[in-house]
Amino acid sequence: MPHPVITVAGVRKTYKQTVAVDDVSFEVRDGEIFGLIGPNGAGKTTTMECVEGIRKPDRGSISVLGLDPFRDVYQLQDRIGVQLQQAHLQKRIKVWEAMHLWASLYKKPVSHGERLLEQLGLSEKRNSWFMTLSGGQQQRLFIALALINDPEVVFLDELTTGLDPQARRAIWELVRGIRARGKTVFMTTHLMEEAERLCDRVAIIEHGRIIDIDSPQRLVDRHCPDRTVVIGTEDPTAEERFQSIPHAVDVRRDGPQFTIHGRGDGFITEVIQCLAEHRVRVSSFRAEQPSLEDVFLKLTGHSIRD
Amino acid sequence: MMRGLFQLTWLEIKIFLREPLGAIGTLLVPVAVFLVIGRAMNRGSGVRTPGGLEFLQSGLPVMASVFMAISAVISLITIISIYREGGILKRLRATPLRPQTILSAHVLVKLLFTALSVTLMMLAGRRYYPIGLQGPAIGFAIALLASTLAILSIGFVVASVVPTARFAQPVGALLFYPMLALSGLFVPVDALPAGLQIVAKLLPMTYVVSLLQGIWVGHSWFAHLGDVAALAISGAVFVALSARVFRWE
Repeated sequence: MPHPVITVAGVRKTYKQTVAVDDVSFEVRDGEIFGLIGPNGAGKTTTMECVEGIRKPDRGSISVLGLDPFRDVYQLQDRIGVQLQQAHLQKRIKVWEAMHLWASLYKKPVSHGERLLEQLGLSEKRNSWFMTLSGGQQQRLFIALALINDPEVVFLDELTTGLDPQARRAIWELVRGIRARGKTVFMTTHLMEEAERLCDRVAIIEHGRIIDIDSPQRLVDRHCPDRTVVIGTEDPTAEERFQSIPHAVDVRRDGPQFTIHGRGDGFITEVIQCLAEHRVRVSSFRAEQPSLEDVFLKLTGHSIRD
Repeated sequence: MMRGLFQLTWLEIKIFLREPLGAIGTLLVPVAVFLVIGRAMNRGSGVRTPGGLEFLQSGLPVMASVFMAISAVISLITIISIYREGGILKRLRATPLRPQTILSAHVLVKLLFTALSVTLMMLAGRRYYPIGLQGPAIGFAIALLASTLAILSIGFVVASVVPTARFAQPVGALLFYPMLALSGLFVPVDALPAGLQIVAKLLPMTYVVSLLQGIWVGHSWFAHLGDVAALAISGAVFVALSARVFRWE
């Protein structure tokens, strides 16, 4: 197993009376995309900002690339790239000027600024003022700035908020590209689809506490083993046959359409075997896999959008 | 240590010039006001009274300089508060950039523009005032630099904590203008009531005015060592204080 580049142990952070983060522990491994997922206000940003060294936890310990992020903050900043939620730049700074300024802040010489702008679709905007950029363009500029020093660890806080689906997909591709170059990505998102498509492992956080950590697939298998198959058929014997499937829990019929709930890995295979064995003619077949969204609902009792 | 200082300063100069009224407000308006006041003083009395002449030759330059220094400091407070309110400071924090570099860049920008407008005023004074302005230009420039830095140190404390831009201007004005009223710029400190004299002696602005007035009329620096020491001490105290209370957001 790759060694951890980020270790967080027992971190607690309070703002006046409110406990933002409580006893949070996790590891981010070298070369993975790790996601902290949960609803707004769950403590994602606070946790991330403690790891970035721009907030000091009240309790607990954090190590990033072997450094103490709060004590060695300048040394750390030189090796990481950060995209903050809700950040701004000077209204009248031009895109290329921001890239140029950022490039001058790091020890390493930086030369791929123009390529980054191109990758992020900002080349045409390089002479525009920050205030004239759209929300999505600003977001892409912040991602470019986070990547400018070719960082070892990249922090992305709600990176696709405010982007249209097309731009979102482009950003996902870019994040995968970061991983492909051997970098580690630590991100937060409240979009379960984003976490599912992007993250190697996720930590689910709610009310400042981590509920579970694993790969999205294993979280789904562990917490939502239920599977659903929806089949359309005119076969009069179908209902009876479906009820005899070993792991079927519930069979519901709505005209020619059957919804079969079952449990376990083998369930869908059993359904297919049943159809084949009894030569049931089907007009449609759909297997539904629970998602992280369902895992979240199961673990917290409410939807992440509430 | 100060990596990025040059780039940030140059960038802030360009950004400042892009502001609507940025250059006009800082460079042209003070010079224009200076000329208008000068003309009015010159003509209004009809005859050049000794008092009017004295004001033109020593009062006005010092007054103009102090006001410019204060407006530079207030605009620094405003910019830092805008950066704080807008999350720009926070964004800069998540880089190897240090707070002292950010403040230094803004100080350099302010000093540059203040120096430019003082120079413009001097040139305008020489050219348009019949009597001309005579003063020890280099000595006065150094005294003005020291004074501006002393006022800036107070400004740092305000700039370090003011949460929003809306507060920055009034807080700056409330802080500096009463100080100015007691500083001896308009009424000599000796002519104030006893209680206010004590207050005046505690305020850095009093030493700013004393130093500038003295140097302008040709006193030696030796005669104003007390002023310089007072400004140095207050400057050190306020810089240290602002470093302690500096807020990124």
